[in-house]
Amino acid sequence: MLLALQKVEKSFATSEGPLKVLHGIDLQLDAGSSLALTGESGSGKSTVLHLVAGLDSADAGRIELAGRNVVELDDAGRAALRRGVVGLVFQQFNLIPSLDVASNLSFQARLADRHDKAWQTELARRLGLSGLLTRYPEQLSGGQQQRVAIGRTLAARPQLVLADEPTGNLDEETGDDVLALMLSLVREAGASLLMVTHSMRLADQLDGRVHLKSGRVV
Amino acid sequence: MQLVMLLLGLSVATALWTGVQAINAEARASYREASFAVASGAVAQLVPRSGTSIPVTTYVALRRAGWLVSPILDGEVMFDDVRINIVGVDPLTSPREALAVELGTDDTLERFLSREGLMFTSADMKDRLAGATTLPVAVDDGLSDGVGIVDIGQAQALLGAGDTVSRLIVAPEQPDGRPPLEVVAPDLVFLARSDATDLARLTDSFHLNLTAFGLLAFVVGLFIVYSTIGLAFEQRRPVFRTLRALGIPARVLTGLLLLELVFLALVAGLAGVVMGYGVAVLLLPDVSATLRGLYGADVPGTLELRASWWLAGLGIAVLGTLVSSAESLWRVSRLPMLAPAQPRAWARASETTLAAQALLALLLFAGGLAALVLGSGVVAGFTVLASLLLGAALLLPGLLAGVVGLGQGLAHGPLAQWFWADTRQQIPGLSLSLMALLLALSANIGVGTMVGSFRLTFVAFLDQRLAAELYVEARSPEESASLQAWLAPRVDAVLPIAVLETELAGQAGQLLGVSDHATYRANWPLLQSAPDAWDRLAQGEAILINEQLSRRENLGVGDRLELPGQWTAPIAGVFADYGNPAAQAMVGLATLQARYPEASQTRFGVRTEQAGVEALQTELRDRFDLPDGVIVDQASLKRMGLEVFERTFAVTAALNVLTLGVAGLALFASLMTLSGIRLPQLAPVWAMGITRRRLAMLEMVRTLALAALTFAAAVPVGLALAWVLLDVVNVEAFGWKLPLHLFPLDWVQLGGLALAAALLAAAIPVRRLSRLAPSDLLRVFANER
Repeated sequence: MLLALQKVEKSFATSEGPLKVLHGIDLQLDAGSSLALTGESGSGKSTVLHLVAGLDSADAGRIELAGRNVVELDDAGRAALRRGVVGLVFQQFNLIPSLDVASNLSFQARLADRHDKAWQTELARRLGLSGLLTRYPEQLSGGQQQRVAIGRTLAARPQLVLADEPTGNLDEETGDDVLALMLSLVREAGASLLMVTHSMRLADQLDGRVHLKSGRVV
Repeated sequence: MQLVMLLLGLSVATALWTGVQAINAEARASYREASFAVASGAVAQLVPRSGTSIPVTTYVALRRAGWLVSPILDGEVMFDDVRINIVGVDPLTSPREALAVELGTDDTLERFLSREGLMFTSADMKDRLAGATTLPVAVDDGLSDGVGIVDIGQAQALLGAGDTVSRLIVAPEQPDGRPPLEVVAPDLVFLARSDATDLARLTDSFHLNLTAFGLLAFVVGLFIVYSTIGLAFEQRRPVFRTLRALGIPARVLTGLLLLELVFLALVAGLAGVVMGYGVAVLLLPDVSATLRGLYGADVPGTLELRASWWLAGLGIAVLGTLVSSAESLWRVSRLPMLAPAQPRAWARASETTLAAQALLALLLFAGGLAALVLGSGVVAGFTVLASLLLGAALLLPGLLAGVVGLGQGLAHGPLAQWFWADTRQQIPGLSLSLMALLLALSANIGVGTMVGSFRLTFVAFLDQRLAAELYVEARSPEESASLQAWLAPRVDAVLPIAVLETELAGQAGQLLGVSDHATYRANWPLLQSAPDAWDRLAQGEAILINEQLSRRENLGVGDRLELPGQWTAPIAGVFADYGNPAAQAMVGLATLQARYPEASQTRFGVRTEQAGVEALQTELRDRFDLPDGVIVDQASLKRMGLEVFERTFAVTAALNVLTLGVAGLALFASLMTLSGIRLPQLAPVWAMGITRRRLAMLEMVRTLALAALTFAAAVPVGLALAWVLLDVVNVEAFGWKLPLHLFPLDWVQLGGLALAAALLAAAIPVRRLSRLAPSDLLRVFANER
């Protein structure tokens, strides 16, 4: 078991008092498998992803990732987890605007001290980025930017890829191509995938699916 | 926060500008109201071709011939221990603008003209004269200290001048058909208004200097306004776009924004004028001391509130805001409605902009060079300065981008590479505040080097020039003679100095007669000289002139100068004469006494053993019952000279510090606003495993690195500035040229100050980043942004 969530709870402060968005979430993900997290807007699926990545902290419960309880880690420990264990792919791509494609691709791998030039070249070729390595993010289309984001994540060979609506900003055809490529590369890299999506069509392409409604697994 | 920065930037800019303007206005107003001695320089005069007096018969002859002239008699009088410069006037014939006192009320005129007489002085002088004279004294606030205005008859009696006067004031309007001066009074010379001692002209350079500093501080302040408005408008683009989409015409939207800005400008301008008053109140005492020390101009140390600078302050605030916001308003008026409603990548480096700025900088340098080679006058000097500063500021972003790019190329780790790449991307966003910092630092280095060089030269000059151990100015020639006779057997040497106030090459000046003594040969600071200069001076065959006269009239060794009494003397040398605005020439003592017997012969220097100076002073005072001020020792004179010097540059130093403060504020404003829009650049790096604390530390290092690079660029710019100040502006403004000295320790200190300012400016944004809630960073990744 690579990832296990037990009774995870999370609230956000609002002007009208605390708003509970997760009510005791439980879920598991095996190493090398993929899981879709589906649900309506506001169901709490992105929050689960953020808690697993250590981007935010849970109020209660346990998040076991690669043998560590993320809930108990301090800021530095969570940062180390993000560098070494997980890889993130966002809907908004979130590339580093000041670095060119080649540097963006290698950035996280080098941070994690796992830079493999041959693997990066292979990724760039498979993702169709070989001719774009000297370009900057602002010079790329949405589909190209998302392919760079996927390449950046996989170049670091993370144990778990966390993807938040990775094709949400792309048209259907481009989105399908990008997702197919991502799934194939994640499998080749031997990583697990936890993907947030509200599309059942996309969710069906993964090994399993967990549906959230108002902060509860249904 | 942006609103606060906008108001603060604008009010500080307005404050420094109006503060300096208020000081200038106050000083200029006081020149107009100043003493008669000053006012008389502002009208045309007739003065004797040689000597110091004009017979009354000449005056009468001129009046009879139709010349509208009015007599003046001036000279020094001692009332007990109080030395006063008596100026006798004839209120019945004097042009109104030449009269410094108001005589038209009650029975004042009658009392003024009466046998008993009436003397006008400053309030301070009236207090000092209490009990020292039986002459009735009245106060006129417009008079400078040390001057007493009396009726001409009273002055003749007080000065023992008989039937003579010193000069004749020429009324501006003269009747037609009057005979020429050469026919009626061939012994007199006509001095046009501009040739007279015009205080306003002398002090113009000082005020131009202050204005330049005020303008520099204002421009630095406007950088804050420009940067804040630009970023605020950028952040409000989605709102503007929505309003446009809802049907509000571009013209209405731009008009409303303009109205908003004018309102803010008026609020900030009002605050700025109030703060400017504070700045002026703080600086005016030093300014008045400076003007008194340098030019003998008396400016009261208090400030009057003048409606004109309230209006000017508000006007400049509104104008500055409009200039700073023009580009942003233009962009809003042309806002495309269909572009994505996200903040534009404001900070994206633009190679084209950098290249255009560099080109403009080169053009400015070329313009400055042209002004240096072809121009003349103080205005040309300041044009060179402005071109140099503005060109350097424009060149800075390109230079920084180059250096940072080099850093990126040399960096190894991914974080180091990102750091440099990200720093390069921040340069456009920070460039205005970094330019402001460059201007402030360059001004500091430039002015600091100028003042330091001046100080070193001035101290050495004082050491040379004040070689005698004691200086005595007796109350009369007879007293001087008896003092010299008593001293002669008791000291190493007595060095008599005769002085003739006269006209030199059309300027008011002094002829100095000195004895032939080794003291002068060994110490007098000659800038250029013929090999036998001192011998020829002693034999009456040649003269020495001061640097001011040499530069103004383009005279040097071998040239000839026309002196009173139709004597055209060859020039054998040029001496340094820092701190004196007037022309001066030196001749042998015997020659001066022979040619100009009317010269004042009350001064002399004394060479003696340093150890016995104090005892000698005491003995002289006791034996001859001498009041304070008659004997001054060398150390006191040097101390006084240095005090004048220090006060002269106290205002400059204060403005330097204020400008640096404003630049620090500009940097703070930019960092604060940038920190708000930088999250999308920082959040991905945080998400990939770099802690907020480390990111905050890198932000601090980035700010310090940029400040350090800006400082490194400011050193050569500051030195170039110092060179222009010393070699061009000083020569034009004061008439002397100084060697450039370097003060690396001062630079280290200033560099430390610049880093401290950057540290302070970055402290709040960096602290905010290190404590940023994860939820704020997560918003960057939110799908529903």
